[in-house]
Amino acid sequence: MAAFKGTERYIASRDLEVAVNAAVTLQRPLLIKGEPGTGKTVLAHEVAQALGLQLIEWHIKSTTKAQQGLYEYDAVSRLRDGQLGDPRVHDIANYIVRGKLWDAFESSEPVVVLIDEVDKADIEFPNDLLLELDRMQFFVYETRQTVEARHRPIVIITSNNEKELPDAFLRRCFFHYIRFPDRETMERIVHAHYPDIRKDLAREALNIFFQVRDIPGLKKKPSTAELLDWLKLLMVEDMPAEALRTSEKQLVIPPLHGALLKNEQDVHLFERLAFLARRGG
Amino acid sequence: MFAHFILALRQAGLNTSITEYLTLLGAMKAGVADFNVEDFYFLSRAALVKDERYLDRFDRVFGVCFKGIEADETLLSRDLPEEWLRKLAEKLLTPEEMAKIESLGGFEALMDRLRQLLAEQKERHQGGSKWIGTAGTSPFGAYGYNPEGVRIGQHESRHRRAVKVWDKREFRDLDDTVELGTRGMKLALRRLRRFARQGAATELDLPDTIKSTANNAGSLDLKMVPERHNAVKVLLVLDVGGSMDDHVKLSEELFSAARSEFKHLEHFYFHNCVYEKLWKRNRRRHEEAIPTWQVLRTYGPDYKLIFVGDAAMSPYEVTMPGGSVEHWNEESGAVWLERLTQHYRRAAWLNPTPQRSWGHVRSIHMIEELMAGRMYPLTVNGIDEMTRELSH
Repeated sequence: MAAFKGTERYIASRDLEVAVNAAVTLQRPLLIKGEPGTGKTVLAHEVAQALGLQLIEWHIKSTTKAQQGLYEYDAVSRLRDGQLGDPRVHDIANYIVRGKLWDAFESSEPVVVLIDEVDKADIEFPNDLLLELDRMQFFVYETRQTVEARHRPIVIITSNNEKELPDAFLRRCFFHYIRFPDRETMERIVHAHYPDIRKDLAREALNIFFQVRDIPGLKKKPSTAELLDWLKLLMVEDMPAEALRTSEKQLVIPPLHGALLKNEQDVHLFERLAFLARRGG
Repeated sequence: MFAHFILALRQAGLNTSITEYLTLLGAMKAGVADFNVEDFYFLSRAALVKDERYLDRFDRVFGVCFKGIEADETLLSRDLPEEWLRKLAEKLLTPEEMAKIESLGGFEALMDRLRQLLAEQKERHQGGSKWIGTAGTSPFGAYGYNPEGVRIGQHESRHRRAVKVWDKREFRDLDDTVELGTRGMKLALRRLRRFARQGAATELDLPDTIKSTANNAGSLDLKMVPERHNAVKVLLVLDVGGSMDDHVKLSEELFSAARSEFKHLEHFYFHNCVYEKLWKRNRRRHEEAIPTWQVLRTYGPDYKLIFVGDAAMSPYEVTMPGGSVEHWNEESGAVWLERLTQHYRRAAWLNPTPQRSWGHVRSIHMIEELMAGRMYPLTVNGIDEMTRELSH
């Protein structure tokens, strides 16, 4: 299978490439963690695209059960059908609803499965999927059939660290922590997304962006996703680079800062700092 | 092949297993790493570390185990900018001290000694030890010249030397044994919340009941789940004054952020050690002091008692009646501490000073003994251990 490299739109660091390739080669799940907005979920899309595979997304919520990824037995509708005398009721298979993993296992060609934000679910969730992800097969009790993966899918799991994941689960995964990109990487990322952005605008915007990130005490630091949104706005508004120019010491409230700071307290903090800087400067 | 590496990792506290080792070997065999040290580093990191908290420790162990695997000239030619050191010395040393240096063989000899120390220190640093100056053997210390000033790291960044990836130690912030930062606060909060929730009586699980009833083709099947409610009562007693203030603020914020999760959270202040009086408002400590006896009577033994303090004081403040620095205390701090810990069976002491320095302070040792060993550092790990200890 082709090795994964960063794509035109997705700048992958070398360590991420190695981790993805290891997971693909050994057919083990890859667990991705990192600050919000560093492209954990996007990675799955890019891997699927780079390898030319279909992507099956499974977004986890706090109520999601492991079983739902495999299949669900819709007993209530069977009960209803039974009361109405529907002939379908005699075959239990009619009430088995397939889950995302079943789809992935049954697929005629290899697929990429994204299990997004696995830590949102109950603490037992990863444990309940251990065997299924290890063997890539499961048993349907109602119909007494075993579903086996025709091709082992590439499983990418993201986590925001809200809950600790069980050791037994972690042992079976490769792990990668996406660090916040440094300036150089960030420039490449910006360029990958907006190849025709004016150089001076990008430079000044990045200056401000990293300045904002350096402010101590921000509740939510702006991340890559926010930067890209903000740049888009700046480009749409056709903002001159001069409007963003800052000096080393002086903080200026950047135009359209609502895209960078999503928290009211952060905006207040920033305005106060900018005010002090103006007075001091 | 890399067995010593795995063992070193396990010794450093990473619970790397055989499975993971085999995975790594499998990946090597499949050619993922491509005979390149950096790729091998990335690969082994992805295979062996499963938690970003351990990334820094992994980097350190990797550095030690695979030292010299790649001839790296930038590291071998690590010399000190002598001019810079000389200037520093001239600025800091008095003429008499300079003369003393001369008598010891002059500045050159001193530099040689330092260079020698530096060579040793490269190894020791990677082993997780301290920077150069803290070694008592350095002649620098003897002349009142702050050895911490000679930071090799600074020198490095000035000259922008190439450092190996794992030597950069970029994941240092993620190690959970460091003090609480903003991210640490969030994690600690989560731990405290978990601490606050205790399963107790059961309640009807409606969705499960419906499902089971349907599964039973309509005959009722009741399902119960344990009800979660907040039953934990906490008595927080904080040391105020002097160096403790920042930490006190931090821990107060921490606990009040978790406040909604506790059934009751009361806080009191003390200074250095607990005696017969505590107070609720630090500014009015003299007018509004509350007798400790009253606290003992008001809050029953079902409260969990958590002290926050550096426990650094003169031993007399713990052991002797009248030892307090602020007033005359009839009974010693030790008596009061014992009284409190006897009343509150679940008690713990959170200490914001780094755990490795505890051994050097006698009073910390004494308090730890009085607390029957239940002193924990104010780190995410420490809070975790504390909650575990207090919850049973």
